[in-house]
Amino acid sequence: MNDAAPADPVVPAGRREIVRDSLGVGVATGAYGVSFGAVAVASGLDVLQACALSLLMFTGASQFAMVGVLASGGTPSAGAATALLLGTRNTLYGLRLAPLLGYRGWHRVGAAHLLIDESTAMSVSRPTREAARTGFLWTGGSIFVLWNLATLAGAIAGEAIGDPRDYGVDAAVGAAFLALLWPRLDRPLHRVVAVLAAAVALGVVPFTAAGVPVLVAAGVALLAGVLTRRSPAPRSGAGPGGATP
Amino acid sequence: MTWAAIVVGALGCYLLKLSGLAVPPRVLDHPVVSRVADLIPVALLAALVAVQVVATDDQGLTLDARALALGAAVVLLLLRAPFLLVVFGAALVAALARLL
Repeated sequence: MNDAAPADPVVPAGRREIVRDSLGVGVATGAYGVSFGAVAVASGLDVLQACALSLLMFTGASQFAMVGVLASGGTPSAGAATALLLGTRNTLYGLRLAPLLGYRGWHRVGAAHLLIDESTAMSVSRPTREAARTGFLWTGGSIFVLWNLATLAGAIAGEAIGDPRDYGVDAAVGAAFLALLWPRLDRPLHRVVAVLAAAVALGVVPFTAAGVPVLVAAGVALLAGVLTRRSPAPRSGAGPGGATP
Repeated sequence: MTWAAIVVGALGCYLLKLSGLAVPPRVLDHPVVSRVADLIPVALLAALVAVQVVATDDQGLTLDARALALGAAVVLLLLRAPFLLVVFGAALVAALARLL
């Protein structure tokens, strides 16, 4: 997502525009809960479990990771560990948004559940707390409602069609991960890390239980993060969108 | 066991979100920490793509309809297709490849 802030006029977007944009993102993102529901059922979860993940975990990449690991024969704990590792980026979003949103007490407890990629992107660049909260709540809220409805629809449809392999649903999981990865490949370092992580994961596939290769690949991120410390790395202060075109 | 993983994973993901909003920024806002955290999704998603597409259930590696489907996904992403089209387009390609 490109941050167009510098080119914007001084007048901040009005509440109505923010709500409209947030709902647009909400509809687009919420709809792909259909694919999560279908993929989850194809991975061996039942409809209730698929819906529980969308309702309780509510962070798309972690949910896809969890069912992806289960689908490839990994243990539930390997699936949960992968989901948690992917969920760590939400912590960083929270750190960035906390002073802007300024939620306290129970409001914070509730708002935390809506803290995801899209709600962050739609609030982090707002000039005022009011505008940031509007973008955050409308984006997060509309995605939450639609994502859960879409998951239910996808899971029921997935259960109705029989053997998911006949419909290529298993292949759709890789495409879903790639689509989630794609916008992050905007920097050379990220591309290098992606290729190395994929290679490391495949390298250990023959020697480890399913689900473990993905966790091992996280080590590539750790190494790259530590080793690039002194090099002229991309500015870590860049928000979603960053400075690279 | 699956239910336990769902509950633990969901609770953990929620606490990760809450801690970001609740913890004083300086605790985690170290350059290395933020860079690693930035790279973890990249590494994990890339690894998930690879394993999902190339690994087999018996710990082998193979190129089959799934790889073809991933190629289709790449083309769709290059064409800036929306997420749903990428996912279901890839599924369609895999399904067609298995029919042939």
